[in-house]
Amino acid sequence: MKKNIIYLLVFFIFAFIFFIFLNGLNESKKYIPKQVKKRFVVEFSSKDLLSNKKIFSKDYISNDKFTVINIWSSWCVPCRSEHKYLMSINQLYNVNLIGINYKDKEDNAKKFLKEFGNPFNIIFIDKNGILSIELGAYGVPETLIVNQKNEVIKKFIGPLNKRNLNEIKKIIN
Amino acid sequence: MKIRIIFLILISFFIFENLIAKTENELVNKISKNLRCIICQGQSVYDSNSEFALSIKLIIKKKINEGKSEKEIYSFFKDQYGEWILYDPELNEMTFVLWGLPIILFVFGGFLIFRKIFRN
Repeated sequence: MKKNIIYLLVFFIFAFIFFIFLNGLNESKKYIPKQVKKRFVVEFSSKDLLSNKKIFSKDYISNDKFTVINIWSSWCVPCRSEHKYLMSINQLYNVNLIGINYKDKEDNAKKFLKEFGNPFNIIFIDKNGILSIELGAYGVPETLIVNQKNEVIKKFIGPLNKRNLNEIKKIIN
Repeated sequence: MKIRIIFLILISFFIFENLIAKTENELVNKISKNLRCIICQGQSVYDSNSEFALSIKLIIKKKINEGKSEKEIYSFFKDQYGEWILYDPELNEMTFVLWGLPIILFVFGGFLIFRKIFRN
């Protein structure tokens, strides 16, 4: 009798652990800590993808509009799926959409824009990824929303979807 | 004679330059060992070859060349990515259990040992 209880107990413990692990498999592996401090966009400068001129962020992050900064790359597959949402963000009237071209070949990036359209007002080249890290990015694609006070108010890690788009519209309007 | 002196100066110059490069790399390695590669699983920036880690290493190098101290570099990354990026968590209201529990267990264990000794 006592033996049976022990077997049953062992079985239940294993079943319990099994379900915890099973549950863990479905959870996202990415842990993103909550932002405690207010984050402001540091000034940055780089070359423009299309004109190859040196450009400064302060000229493009304006005080009267929201700025959406999108980090993208032509080699990044999820960037293709979010591109249509970027195109519709560009249609919103009080938004300034800035692109950061992450570790990309210039020709490929230009081809990408030709194929899918160019939603960006300006594109900063980020050859070695330094710019993105200074913006606090994890990788591509990533989208930051910056308010008029230069503060990052929202960050989307990974490709944008319809829900994100609505959220962005809500924030901006 | 002159040639010898020039040769000596050149050699010492190269050695000196190597030494500087070496210490800079060592500092980059040290700092990157203390930073977590956030997008990898269980790897430090030093161990990882992901795009993220490679860029972080470049930034560390850049900051060192700008004359930033080790502490300033850590606090830069902490501001960007939160405390999670540091392998050495600070003592604050979120981490006091982490820091306090070993001390509590130590005191409690010590208490048990003392009690046993004094009983005997």
